[in-house]
Amino acid sequence: MSQPRVAVLRFPGTLDHESAARAVEGVGAEPVFTHHEDAALPDGTVAVVIPGGFSYGDHLRPGALASRTPIMGAVKAHAAGGGRVLGICNGFQILCESGLLPGVLRPNASLSFICRQAELEVADSGTAWTGGRAEGETLSIPFKHHDGAWFGDPGSTRVVLRYRGENPNGSIDKIAGISNLAGNVMGLMPHPEEAQDPLLGSVDGRVLFAALVA
Amino acid sequence: MGDSGKPLYEELGLLPAEYDRVVQLMGREPSDPELVMFSLMWSEHCSYKHSKPLLKGFPTTGPRVVMGPGENAGAVDVGDGLAIVFKVESHNHPSAVEPFQGAATGVGGIVRDIIAVGAKPIALLDSLRFGTLDSARSRFLFRRAVEGIGHYGNCIGIPNVGGEVQFDERYEDSCLVNAMCVGVVPHDKILSCAAKGLGNRLVLIGNRTGRDGIGGASVLASAELGDDDADKRPSVQVGDPFTERKLIDCCLAMGEAGLLVALQDLGAAGLTSAASEMASRGEVGLAIDLDRVPLREQGLAPGEVLVSESQERMLAIVEPANMDAVVEMARRHELDATDIGEVTDTGELNALWRGEEVVRIPSLYLTDDVPFYEVPRNAMPAPEPIDLSTVPEPADLGAAWLALMGDPNIASKRWVFEQYDQLVGAGTMRRPGGDAGVVRIPGTNRAIAVTLDCAEWHTELSPYEGGMASVLEAARNVACTGAVPIAATDCLNYANPDKGSTGWRLAESIRGMADALTAIGAPIVSGNVSLYNESPRGPIYPTPVVGIVGLLDDASTSVGSAFDRQGDAIVLIGYGEPRVDASRYLGRCAGRPPAPEPANDAALFRLLAACAAKRLLTSAHDVSEGGLAVALAESAIAGGVGASVQVPAGRRADEAMFGEGGGRVVASCDPAHVDAITALAEAGVEVTVIGTVGGDEVSVDAGGSTARVSLRDLAQVWEGSIPAALEAA
Repeated sequence: MSQPRVAVLRFPGTLDHESAARAVEGVGAEPVFTHHEDAALPDGTVAVVIPGGFSYGDHLRPGALASRTPIMGAVKAHAAGGGRVLGICNGFQILCESGLLPGVLRPNASLSFICRQAELEVADSGTAWTGGRAEGETLSIPFKHHDGAWFGDPGSTRVVLRYRGENPNGSIDKIAGISNLAGNVMGLMPHPEEAQDPLLGSVDGRVLFAALVA
Repeated sequence: MGDSGKPLYEELGLLPAEYDRVVQLMGREPSDPELVMFSLMWSEHCSYKHSKPLLKGFPTTGPRVVMGPGENAGAVDVGDGLAIVFKVESHNHPSAVEPFQGAATGVGGIVRDIIAVGAKPIALLDSLRFGTLDSARSRFLFRRAVEGIGHYGNCIGIPNVGGEVQFDERYEDSCLVNAMCVGVVPHDKILSCAAKGLGNRLVLIGNRTGRDGIGGASVLASAELGDDDADKRPSVQVGDPFTERKLIDCCLAMGEAGLLVALQDLGAAGLTSAASEMASRGEVGLAIDLDRVPLREQGLAPGEVLVSESQERMLAIVEPANMDAVVEMARRHELDATDIGEVTDTGELNALWRGEEVVRIPSLYLTDDVPFYEVPRNAMPAPEPIDLSTVPEPADLGAAWLALMGDPNIASKRWVFEQYDQLVGAGTMRRPGGDAGVVRIPGTNRAIAVTLDCAEWHTELSPYEGGMASVLEAARNVACTGAVPIAATDCLNYANPDKGSTGWRLAESIRGMADALTAIGAPIVSGNVSLYNESPRGPIYPTPVVGIVGLLDDASTSVGSAFDRQGDAIVLIGYGEPRVDASRYLGRCAGRPPAPEPANDAALFRLLAACAAKRLLTSAHDVSEGGLAVALAESAIAGGVGASVQVPAGRRADEAMFGEGGGRVVASCDPAHVDAITALAEAGVEVTVIGTVGGDEVSVDAGGSTARVSLRDLAQVWEGSIPAALEAA
């Protein structure tokens, strides 16, 4: 049987597509790089990853220009049909700008870029994205962003992950990642593709990629 | 005549004798665009006319060297058919004038040097020096330079894995911003900058050409800074990291597809320097049609198009049959790729402007016929060692220790590196803040360890020994991770070589570096020289920044700097006695620091690599600024566990705790491993158990005098010092 296909989107300025593709391979799926000008996802796509980076150089607003590219029309149709979508960092920003997730990502309260390891607390164990971990369990995953403070109405969404301890960026309710109410679209600021290799310190990011094909 | 009434050549920075040489070579007066090109290519920044004769002393060959100095960057073999490509470069003068853009474009420039070789960038490092943090100007330069590096580096997706930041009043006017990039490339995909193939097309890829950075190499980088520096701001280039990222992706894709005959980045002196280097190296000519160069603004003179330093541009040689594919690949990356000329057999650089030939110069005149100068070598007498009796003994050793931990030169640089993406690419095993950054080599089980370091006080006092110390400190950082130092790059930051003893210090420190590099078997494969780092208030310290690349054959054996196991033995490994001379504890650049022993360091590095390969060590950390006590505290803070050690007092307890010198490493290990480590040590390297990991305080007993500080207090001072200095302002 062939491996399930996961589309890994590439916009001009996307940076984490190769690490995301390796993480997709790590859960036994086949990553397919998908160009922003394409109007359709590759044949047989079961899930979509929108990796981090600085699509379009963050011009206008982070994620704003990428959310208006042809490929995002196909991603919306995929999500509307119940297909899973994982947006990481800039991918999360793109999902909010596309209306696939509520809220916006504002600049960090410090107004500076922050790169740090974070302990993330599972706040909702009911979605596929945390792989059956109980509420209150933690995942060690690094984050690195300038505009990562989620702002919106937590009641309009499912809060999946929160920063444990000090709020690093000023997001509402220390939110690190959310999903839509249906649970098939997930966005988070930390980088699970950077937590796949034991030599890098943590493999806790694997559960989020496993959910793509679970 | 120029606007000032001086001859144009003089305004452009050429000496009368140099102008005469141009006329003599050309057999006629040069045209204005030609004169501009000579003035830039013969500037110190582009020609190294004062330093090149000295650089010949560096070792540049070895079994691993794939490509030595002369290309865009050097390359060394690391097995698995791969080469590591790296170089360090300065962007000092632009950063002193406009720190954000100056530092940002410094990163952009060094990255393009790496992609010009066909390599994929996998790591960035920076070595930064500013005035002290009680100066508002230095705080501004520091803040903005760090923001500029973050802005550019984060957006192009290359992890920043290490470097150094130092503060000293000697850098108040002339700050130093040196950036290093490391890339990886399969041997058979390495690109040269040599133009080849009659009739092949000359293709400009990337940004459009504007007026930015006109004359940057001559006006800014080859003169001392003065009071009118604000006027030089238009000579600073403006960076666009988004375009750089597209350029990286595009050039790597073109190289991968075999579409490029040669590739060269446009840096100092823009198109002039890129085209003349490509022509001279390929022993061909290049004909450029300036009307085809895509411009960002109207009304540029031909000389301006030829020397503009607009960023994010690359020059490629492409076979005519591949032109369509190159243009399409650029379009796919939302970039321009424009055919602006062709390879000829004339050996000349020809430029057409509105159908008329405005430039006709044999390219070798620009690249090889610059007059070289001998620097004056006014030797200084050897300094006297510090008379220890003149150094007051502190009443409270613990308080002295805490004060050192808070010295911004020693304190944690977290405020800096948290603003950088240290991780992108999912290969960073050891993040900034330890001895060296460790990055996996993609697709292999190997890793590299990289660092930048310099011993400027030592180099000021005894340049030969200081050059050695700069190499050995950097190499020791790499060796602490378990990696074998295999090659080096250097950025020589000095003042005006014609004044005072600067020329002598330059020559002597190069000699010292060369001897140390030979002793440890790490040849120089690339480098950069930045002179004229001085202002009316005086010169900087001679600052030979050294970048070392080390190789770990098994990434999983890398060693960190943190104590992280209660009950581990603490072992002091290495050679040499601590001295207060030129130490941070002494607090000033004075005395005669002990001379390094490169052969002993080489033995120390072999021991560390052997111990790492056999997984005998829990941690290893270089004893450098602040001495043994600071090194212990740093390992303890990193691991969140205390330590207790006992050492002999030597001449005095404070010197034993805080003195510097020699080649010493504080390691921790399972007590059962001590014998195995000792058995591996060669002559010249001592292995001494000095204490135990554990508890929540760090204590040092030197011959009965004890300093004892809680881990929490040490961490608070060390972590809080730089943020506090910036906030207090």
